[in-house]
Amino acid sequence: MIKRQARLLQGNEAIVHGALAAGCNFFAGYPITPSSEIMELMSRELPVRGDVFIQMEDEIASLGACIGAGLAGRKAMTATSGPGFSLMQENFGYACMAETPVVVVNVMRAGPSTGMPTNVAQGDVQQARWGTHGDHPCIALCPSTVAECYELTVVAFNHAERFRTPVVLLSDEMVAHTREKVVLPHPEDVEVIDRRRPTVPPDWYVPYKTDGSLIPRLADLGEGYRYHVTGLTHDERGFPTRRLDEVQQFYTRLFAKISRQFHYLENVKDYYLDDCELLIIAYGCSARSARAAVRLGRERGLKVGLLQLLSLWPFPRRPVSEALNGKIAVLVPELNLGQLRREVLRVNDGRTAVIGLNKLDGTMITPEEILTRLRVIK
Amino acid sequence: MTRASRPRLPHPRVELRLAGSGGQGLILAGLILAEAAGVYDGREVAMVQSYGPEARGGASKAEIILSDEPIDYPLCANVDLFLAMNQEASDSYCWDLKPGAWIVVDKDLVNHPPSSRAVSLAFTTVAHEKLGKRMVANIVALGAISAMTGLVSKRALEKALLSHVPPGTADINRRALALGIKLGGAQAGKPPSAEDEEYDEESD
Repeated sequence: MIKRQARLLQGNEAIVHGALAAGCNFFAGYPITPSSEIMELMSRELPVRGDVFIQMEDEIASLGACIGAGLAGRKAMTATSGPGFSLMQENFGYACMAETPVVVVNVMRAGPSTGMPTNVAQGDVQQARWGTHGDHPCIALCPSTVAECYELTVVAFNHAERFRTPVVLLSDEMVAHTREKVVLPHPEDVEVIDRRRPTVPPDWYVPYKTDGSLIPRLADLGEGYRYHVTGLTHDERGFPTRRLDEVQQFYTRLFAKISRQFHYLENVKDYYLDDCELLIIAYGCSARSARAAVRLGRERGLKVGLLQLLSLWPFPRRPVSEALNGKIAVLVPELNLGQLRREVLRVNDGRTAVIGLNKLDGTMITPEEILTRLRVIK
Repeated sequence: MTRASRPRLPHPRVELRLAGSGGQGLILAGLILAEAAGVYDGREVAMVQSYGPEARGGASKAEIILSDEPIDYPLCANVDLFLAMNQEASDSYCWDLKPGAWIVVDKDLVNHPPSSRAVSLAFTTVAHEKLGKRMVANIVALGAISAMTGLVSKRALEKALLSHVPPGTADINRRALALGIKLGGAQAGKPPSAEDEEYDEESD
């Protein structure tokens, strides 16, 4: 076993390394602060490997190119921030509908609109879930450290491939621009999941026919397997349909392929949960403040614990409701006006007070602010 | 805190803030310091950069946390060392310093330091006069603060420096670092050690 050398990496750079370890071989994007470093590093890394990097004319086209590449057998990724993520929503829905594996990185900045490009916010949590129109399933992951940026990017690609769905990686300006020392694992030690491809001859291939997994096999376009791709509701051959027995079945399967795997998608970390009376639920950069607050609170004799959410969508209902059980109060610090607190309230059975700590001024919540609020609750 | 007493750096968490205007190279200086301490000296580091939407100008700062334990909160809450490379940065970011923190300012660009304890050193002038390039003032300052505080080893600092400067500028950057170390060492009242001399020979 060779000892891996420690490196000083930014969150954005770690995302690129994670993507490459997961097998990313296509990137199309349009630069935007604070995600530009991802594109910059990709533009250096991909061409030397003989893979494709394209700077597109805008974010709509960026995701369009990634969907095309995804269907053609590539592991595609794009990276953007709030304004670009808004533009991508139409194609995001297309990717859900056409069941295309693709990873979209959204490095959150203060919005709406142009907002404060170089300041941190967490305002796109609900947009990641409901940004595109229509009922659709969604997987979104949220790192808080440079090491998690790497790990979760790999996980994002694996989920995209396994479930044939677009996956959102919700980073934020603070996580993206923080440099930390990390030791990246050897690429051979990284678990990589590839999409299932058809084993039947091209003539027998029915593109959206599924077996028990509910996830159809995806043939690489251009390999001789001919099929039709559309944003219209389609039957199992991929052609538009309005037949009652096919439409309902289609939507049910689109959700069920993800909802029956909820347990596999839940990703949380806990700190001092065992004996705590006060709970903090946090994600992204706010989870770092919360961890410091737990450390400082424990030093001062406050029984406080943290549940950090690494997967935001589907909402990790079971771990959250288990953590809420028996607690006096739960504090949800976030850099928006309570987008995740809404979900915690939904899961809460009513015996725990759910309190928000919200900030919109483009700076991080400090550990002291969390402690002050906890003292008031206590 | 009297003027004469030397600030001490705490253990295990040290917080540094390097501030100036965009283009002065403070984020690069921070990056080099963080890499020196983290990768070559083996400590835990976190570095956060902050800048405005402008390409040049505007306020710019780098905050570096050095610790012997894993770092949770990556921003400065209690600054132990503050370097200001212009008046605006000095005025804007001096408010949350720890009492008795190191304050280091550029002598010519900061006319009104935040405290009479501040150490004023002519980084930009020295870089201009001795090396002919104002651009390397950031590296001179980096050398000076590391010599004053002993936060990172010189070997680590030089290794990190050379891995980040553009090709063809290694020599001038190495000289700037040596100049800074001398400047800082003199300020801290330390007699130049044997290692310092050896360092000078190497760089000349």
